[in-house]
Amino acid sequence: MSDVYKMERREFVKILGGGIVVCVNLGSIAGLAACERRGFQRGYPDDINAYLHIAEDGEITLFSGKIEMGQGIMTSLTQMAAEDLGVGIESIQIVMGDTDRCPWDMGTFGSLTTRMFGPAVRAAAAKARLVLTDMAEERLGVDRQSLSVENGVVFVSGDRSRSVTFGELARGQAITHTVDEEAVQRSVQDFAVIGQSPLRLDGVEKVTGAAEYAGDIRLPGMLYARILRPPAHGATLTSVDTSAAESMAGVTVVNEDGIVAVLCVDPELAGRALRAVNAEYDEPNPTVDTESIYEHLVDVAPEPNVPDEEGDLGAGRAASERTFEETYYNAYVAHAPIEPHTAVAEVTDGKATVWSSTQAPFTQQQGVARALGFDPENVRVITPYVGGGFGGKVSGRQAVEAARLAQITGTPVQVAWTRAEEFFYDQFRPAATIKLTSGIDANGKLTLWDYQVYGAGARGSDVFYDVPNKSVRVFGEWGGAPEGLHPFAVGAWRAPAANSNRFAAEQQIEIMAYAAGIDPLEFRLSNTSDERMQATLRAAADRYGWQPRSTAARNGRGRGLACGIDAETYVALIADVTVDVASGSVKVDRVVCAQDMGIVVNPDGSRMQMEGCIAMGLGYVFSEELRFEGGKILDSDFASYKLATFSQMPQIDTVFVSNDALPPKGGGEPAIINMGAVVANAIFDATGARVYRLPMTPERVLEALSNV
Amino acid sequence: MKETIRFTLNGAPVTLETEINRKLLWVLRTDLEETGTKYGCGAGMCGSCTVVVDGIPVRSCIVNVDYVRGKAVTTIEGLATDGELHPLQREFFEHGAYQCGYCTPGMIMNAYGMLQENPTPSRTEIIEGMENNLCRCSAYKRIIEAIESAAGIGGGDHE
Repeated sequence: MSDVYKMERREFVKILGGGIVVCVNLGSIAGLAACERRGFQRGYPDDINAYLHIAEDGEITLFSGKIEMGQGIMTSLTQMAAEDLGVGIESIQIVMGDTDRCPWDMGTFGSLTTRMFGPAVRAAAAKARLVLTDMAEERLGVDRQSLSVENGVVFVSGDRSRSVTFGELARGQAITHTVDEEAVQRSVQDFAVIGQSPLRLDGVEKVTGAAEYAGDIRLPGMLYARILRPPAHGATLTSVDTSAAESMAGVTVVNEDGIVAVLCVDPELAGRALRAVNAEYDEPNPTVDTESIYEHLVDVAPEPNVPDEEGDLGAGRAASERTFEETYYNAYVAHAPIEPHTAVAEVTDGKATVWSSTQAPFTQQQGVARALGFDPENVRVITPYVGGGFGGKVSGRQAVEAARLAQITGTPVQVAWTRAEEFFYDQFRPAATIKLTSGIDANGKLTLWDYQVYGAGARGSDVFYDVPNKSVRVFGEWGGAPEGLHPFAVGAWRAPAANSNRFAAEQQIEIMAYAAGIDPLEFRLSNTSDERMQATLRAAADRYGWQPRSTAARNGRGRGLACGIDAETYVALIADVTVDVASGSVKVDRVVCAQDMGIVVNPDGSRMQMEGCIAMGLGYVFSEELRFEGGKILDSDFASYKLATFSQMPQIDTVFVSNDALPPKGGGEPAIINMGAVVANAIFDATGARVYRLPMTPERVLEALSNV
Repeated sequence: MKETIRFTLNGAPVTLETEINRKLLWVLRTDLEETGTKYGCGAGMCGSCTVVVDGIPVRSCIVNVDYVRGKAVTTIEGLATDGELHPLQREFFEHGAYQCGYCTPGMIMNAYGMLQENPTPSRTEIIEGMENNLCRCSAYKRIIEAIESAAGIGGGDHE
């Protein structure tokens, strides 16, 4: 491992000014191996991943490379630390996403914070409590077993007059501890902080406008930059004339290293100056567009990965009373965070500081260092609050742009993408074509599952139904798509690939259930022996008030069911819809969402994520579809690219399947993965029409109705 | 050409020498250093830049600063008084009617303007009044409930 990532443990204490520091090496925490080396990322270092500091004045600080983009981890990580340390959450400060102050982290994505990073935080807190209790043992002259900890005070059990505070214990200390043994963590029945729903720690700042995002950072002499952009991905600049922009008062023009930019103190003037730049481009002829992409994905597909294979497909066909062959399609969609990519950079004395809206500050530190020709330790990335990420704020292009322009001009620079730039440089959720052939025997038992997904990736394609003959082939992953598969960059979009895979799989299940004349809930229950899935399905059905029915209602109102596993969380959704058969428009009236996510650290925070998944999902279900001609992106604003809005909100009921035997699992993504299928299944129940392509626009619903 | 423009911002008088066709959003964020008002789309389509001018919610990214001459502009920074959250802010906070928080100032200001015109809106009126404010985290359900609570008409408790 490179020394770049190492910081001497003693250094921490020096920087922090004494007290007690507890460091954690995530490698020692069970379960981490699963998330190491995710293709484009290196694994966690064998050094420190988190640390907790108890200052001499008793102030407690948790340092984490994770970032807060709305998912609520500032609060839930603090809860986890508070639980095992024995303090209230108000006693802990948290510093996040600052590469100078926080230990290395691979990034905030994949619903990994709580399930992978949470254990490290708890281990550090438990260790700190142990260290402090040991020190108190000496101070109070009684042994550890006779001591209790509450609200940052260690006292003799039954005699609170004999006590010492954490601050008093930390005073005069300059020591570090590493978690080297499993310090005893609190068990579920003793939880005082985990399992509670305190008001979020970021709340007051966010409702008063005080919360700082990257674009709110203002430095003396800072210039706002606008950068020349090509008209299409793949276009090359053939000529550029910046003379008109250069003649504008107060405008600085940069044309260096392939970056053409105008800068000034007024962002609007920068915009006008950019419009005064005349540029010509060579644009490649488009070879693929919004409609032809689905065949293209199949035609140019790379060799498949085969994550799941069992039995023999031929035997499966032979054993099938009926087979079902369907093809499903899902569109490219944008992340469209309301805060566009933004960065502010300052480069002075061979050091760079970049405030960036990013999910991956340490990746950006590397990228900025490379671009500037600096050593990474001379680049500091600070992550203020991030205004939404959803997987889209990883690449760090805007941070590199701001840093290079700051280096070239010698002044602090802000690069804040416009909405059109945000749509252009997004790393979109890839389109997908899914070919699925399945079969059932005379008793409605699954016999065959022949699954091929093109373009999206594997996540969500796992077969948790009992199928003796199955094959899952994945042609192209979002994270490592070969050149030419997609006409522009694609990336991780909230539960990457799972939204496409569940759209296909869970519709296919209902197609077979109705064909077999079996209630769709009963069909699922009888075709999976996975007890967590059964319990999750039953929890959703109970809350909904499910009545078995084996034929579609076909009266304009329908219900659908869909389930899946994501981030080790089990999720089942039931939705009610009303279909206007004249217009093809669909209203989702109610969604019930049941989740088994193990121990629920913050129930209300988890509900927020479930509700957000469901509501955000309505966008990709009904209207979100990025239109393009080759590398030219045709959607550049919210007029043509429609997100979900207030009027679409259904009643949402969220249910937790109690499972305190299991450590906390992911919560930021699972509830979104079934939105396509649950609505499509409800449309089928309402009308008898099946929609195979997302988004399910009124036109596509009408077309499906015409085939009934 | 620069002109003198006077208006009140959160109750305090402001005098600016500036080009009159600049957008209010950027005057607020740069000259006046009030960064609570956010850029989201620059075209009046997402509402994250919403401020209230003489009681009416407006999209500051498409309104020239000229428009607010002699008027009273209220931004998110002007709602709390003496450290006390405005009822809308308190309800947004207590309902968890936000996630990333970026659209939140615009949501609250749009609701603030809406409630000035109609202090006891029905749920349908709230949805109509808020429809053109976008929240990508999609906290819509709780935003509706927070506004209902602030208006004293229920609001739900998220179980």
